[in-house]
Amino acid sequence: MGFIDKQARSLLLGEIVIGMAKTFGYMFKTKATINYPYEKGPLSPRFRGEHVLRRYSNGEERCIACKLCEAACPALAITIDAEPRADGSRRTTRYDIDMTKCIYCGFCQEACPVDAIVEGPNFEFATESREELFYDKEKLLANGDRWEQEIAQNLNADAPYR
Amino acid sequence: MVEFWDSYALPTIIIVAKILAIVLPLLVLMAYLTLYERKVMAAMQLRKGPNVVGFYGLLQPFADGAKLFFKETVIPSGANKILFLVAPMITFLLSLIAWAVIPFDEGMVLSDINVGVLYLFAISSLGVYGIIVAGWASNSRYPFLGALRSAAQMVSYEVSIGFVIISVLLCVGSLNLSDVVMAQKSDLGMFSWYFVPLFPMFIIFFISILAETNRHPFDLPEAEAELVAGYQTEYSAMAFALFFLGEYVNMILMSAICVILFLGGWLPPADIAPFNWIPGIIWFGIKIAILLFVFIWVRATLPRYRYDQLMRLGWKVFLPLSLFWVVATAGFLVAFDMVPA
Repeated sequence: MGFIDKQARSLLLGEIVIGMAKTFGYMFKTKATINYPYEKGPLSPRFRGEHVLRRYSNGEERCIACKLCEAACPALAITIDAEPRADGSRRTTRYDIDMTKCIYCGFCQEACPVDAIVEGPNFEFATESREELFYDKEKLLANGDRWEQEIAQNLNADAPYR
Repeated sequence: MVEFWDSYALPTIIIVAKILAIVLPLLVLMAYLTLYERKVMAAMQLRKGPNVVGFYGLLQPFADGAKLFFKETVIPSGANKILFLVAPMITFLLSLIAWAVIPFDEGMVLSDINVGVLYLFAISSLGVYGIIVAGWASNSRYPFLGALRSAAQMVSYEVSIGFVIISVLLCVGSLNLSDVVMAQKSDLGMFSWYFVPLFPMFIIFFISILAETNRHPFDLPEAEAELVAGYQTEYSAMAFALFFLGEYVNMILMSAICVILFLGGWLPPADIAPFNWIPGIIWFGIKIAILLFVFIWVRATLPRYRYDQLMRLGWKVFLPLSLFWVVATAGFLVAFDMVPA
């Protein structure tokens, strides 16, 4: 009986019909994809994207050149030089991140005692040449100015869990 | 001079105009078939599909075409240059010339020959040449294996297609495609189309044309997981585009043949008020579009067959089944004295 049953089913294309009904039903479901450049998916406040160097609200840069991030960086992507400034405070003269080396682990922002280096929510920083991905201090500070609002919000949202 | 004009030049111009009136819309339809396929597949896979080029992605096929047109045709150094370039032309031409006998509406056919079915059968069999020549001329392993598979597959399934067509012809009593359609006309409307009395044959025919056009789940000739792109592997630019065009025009052609044989060609589903206002060519188009949808639907649903399964299905299932059905149809027609004159 099992043999006849099996043969009859395969002759009547039973499983194929069931499968086809399934795909037909899927045609009317909500799409799983979005119109990417125009619509964007949700990002966690902890999202680790492009790096920024932040400033205090009075415009003073946060980084105190402690080099903890440089030490924490497992990919050796960060290079820092520091000197005392004219007013006696310790500041970086050079803060480079090689974005082609960076593995976006987030250790630098974990290490930072003053929340100066932060990985922001921006992930769309593709460039046409490799050289453009060697970020210097100027570029990082400019990023900080550009993304400050979003980053402050994200840090705020994540604060209870830190 | 006048005689020359009347007896040679004018008829030639008229025929060329008719041919263009078939071929040009066909190529545009083929372009939109690719979009149709991508959209339907996308919908079934919960994606959006192309929607950027033009409104609702409607210009996407032309963007693709323009891209292929401006690419370089690469000819492998080991290839037989002439055959390498002739093969896609053969495929493309064969897919187009078959349309000469397809009736789009009553009397709307380029050449109303009395052996239309045989002509179609001959042309679709010749289609193997384009593929096997391409596979051989590429002088490369994947294309050659793909071409061999394709040839074996098309030949196998043509046998059962032949028997299916015979069982239809037994009911019609004519090889003329217009007669085939008219024989399906009756007061019952769509219930007198041959897919009702010959339903198993309709299914076998449809599955066989999937194999014949190398579509999923029988796309072994171009099984990308094992053969890269089969016989198309070495092709690029317009040579590739010709294969692509040929394949898709063949899909439309096979659907058209299926519509003529089983789904009543240009006939409306019922010969009553709202249906018979619509011209026959529109009905013909709608039916083809439905069949093409099933082509795509099958592609989105089923995984690829293994080669021995494909051959087993062709020779050990379809062939005996269709052979039996030919005998059964003939016996039924004789027993109940329904043999067409």
